[in-house]
Amino acid sequence: MLTILFDGVAYGMLLFILAVGLCVTLGLMNFVNLAHGAFAMAGGYLTVIMMNRMGISFWWCLPAAFIFSALLGAFLERTLYRRLYDKSHLDQVLFSIGLIFMSMAAVDYFMGATQQIVNLPPYLTGRIEIFGAQVGVYRLFVIAVCGVLAIGLQFIIARTRFGSQLRASVDDGRVARGLGIDVTRIFSLTFAVGSGLAGLGGALGASILSMDPFFPLKYMIYFLIVIAVGGATTITGPFFASLLLGIADVGGKYFVPVIGGFIIYTIMVAVLIFRPEGLFTRGKRR
Amino acid sequence: MLRRDLLKGAATAAIAIAAGLPATVALAQQQTVKVGFIGALTGPQAASGRQMANAIRLYQQLNGDTVAGKKIEVIFRDDTGVADQTRRIAQELIVNEKVAFLAGFSLTPLALAVAPVITQAKTPAIIMTAGTSVITERSPYFARVSFTLPQQTMPMAEWAAKNGIKTVVTLVSDYGPGLDSEKAFFEKFTELGGKVVAQLKAPLANPDFAPFLQRAADAKPDAIFLFVPGPTAGPLMRQVVDRGLTKGGIKIIGPGDITEDEQLVSMDDSVVGTITSHFYSVLHDSPLNKKFVAEYKKANNGARPNFIGVGGWDGMHAIYEALKKTNGDTNGDKLMAALKGLEWESPRGKMSIDANTRDVVQDVYIRRVERKDGELYNVEFDVVRQVKDPYHK
Repeated sequence: MLTILFDGVAYGMLLFILAVGLCVTLGLMNFVNLAHGAFAMAGGYLTVIMMNRMGISFWWCLPAAFIFSALLGAFLERTLYRRLYDKSHLDQVLFSIGLIFMSMAAVDYFMGATQQIVNLPPYLTGRIEIFGAQVGVYRLFVIAVCGVLAIGLQFIIARTRFGSQLRASVDDGRVARGLGIDVTRIFSLTFAVGSGLAGLGGALGASILSMDPFFPLKYMIYFLIVIAVGGATTITGPFFASLLLGIADVGGKYFVPVIGGFIIYTIMVAVLIFRPEGLFTRGKRR
Repeated sequence: MLRRDLLKGAATAAIAIAAGLPATVALAQQQTVKVGFIGALTGPQAASGRQMANAIRLYQQLNGDTVAGKKIEVIFRDDTGVADQTRRIAQELIVNEKVAFLAGFSLTPLALAVAPVITQAKTPAIIMTAGTSVITERSPYFARVSFTLPQQTMPMAEWAAKNGIKTVVTLVSDYGPGLDSEKAFFEKFTELGGKVVAQLKAPLANPDFAPFLQRAADAKPDAIFLFVPGPTAGPLMRQVVDRGLTKGGIKIIGPGDITEDEQLVSMDDSVVGTITSHFYSVLHDSPLNKKFVAEYKKANNGARPNFIGVGGWDGMHAIYEALKKTNGDTNGDKLMAALKGLEWESPRGKMSIDANTRDVVQDVYIRRVERKDGELYNVEFDVVRQVKDPYHK
């Protein structure tokens, strides 16, 4: 029983780590960045190359995935994304979908279509017993990372000067600029951090999900469910939404396997009908 | 001046084309037999399409491209794994290119989509990958050189029943081949006195197998029978081992798709000990297979061939042999007659195309995953000779 709860939490955290970068770009910056999965894939493939081909330790791969995806994000923000901030959401969707297809073709060309599996170091595999429940070591690690990320990001957004500047820039860029906030720089930086987090998510998720060129499309639905249920204005919203979805999904599949696969979607539909702004949002946006 | 030159040039070209082209066309019609390959060369199934295409090229490279005095030309077309495309390309190849054979087909729906087309055109189609039993019954012009899922699964059930496995939990992906595989295992295993204590089905899009594996573990079976599509197998196996199921003495069994050779290279020691039944392992001990594997690796940057590649190789072999038998005649009915009952030595071992069902008959091996010379392999240790698909009447 406790094991199932833990598995639910672990799955929820997996969803969160995949979606956290999107919380930043879609949630905080209000840019519909469907190409989020492409940045996650960049981080995931970097991990695959570094670990499996070059034999570099897993611990170096995580920061490397973050930095690599962040740089990639910064570059694309400068060259492409910046032009679309003022455009309608539909334009942003079309643009980022196009980016997904290009990223898939590029990965397919350079890395091939076969599945790439990340093999974790032995001390991160296996299980330990906590309070009589069997707990996977790697899952515990993912949960810990997610906890730290959620608290850290929420702190930055809600309590720091940078956070308030960012919120101001998103809510009304013109006024913010008038107050002397360097909106362009803040957006670049935030987008880079969002992409970096996506890359980190890809790197952490790679060993559970494995990497192939279809990653950005295959898991897009999961990123979006988390944001839809959690609401996009905070980091804690998606965090609790991931927990809820993870526990409901794992519990459902365990106890009522016949309908288990539908539960995650049922929750999403219900939330979209009754609270379209997300379960965990305070007040209205704009 | 310039204009006159241009005109003159055009006139010369026109004369040259008028004089030269009919002759070459006539020559080509006499001497070339076209084979239309349709496979997923891009898209989610790209890995399978490329295996087939690589093996076909390799076969032609090693065996020449002339049979019965005719040049064999393979036209490679990509259907991206979408059935509508497969059908459209098949029509195009038959009508415009006048191909004598179609070949390839990465997935069952793709093969089924061309059934009406080939029946009408009387064009033989060689199935190199797709593995649902029913395909060959849908058109008398299908012949299969790959495998069928029940053919691969039943020997596993027999082996399990004979080797002290009494209770099994089956866990399959909830889609056609998964259900076929579950059914075949259930029927054979219960017939032989075994007990299937739970039949679990996971959705096809399912990143986390935790709840299913926990249920499987709770049932405390002797073995868990797994079947998921190739790309899901790696992550699933890792979760199975992380959950400590194998340490608790539960055996992992299934059809060989879950430890497919090309994918196996990137897995880790967690899969060692998995027992599967399948028709092909790169480690199969025969001179022909050693040559096939070595040449395939040489031509493809050291990548391993897998069962799909072998399907491509054997499909090409069947086409060559059928043309030899008809002495180059490309009449569809004569070619089908030549394909029926064809027997040959494949890298996988001895195989044939059943004269009645046009389906593949072959040895199915029981293998265990082991590490040899630093790499993971499926090591064959038992065999069931000349298995037919049990569902064909």
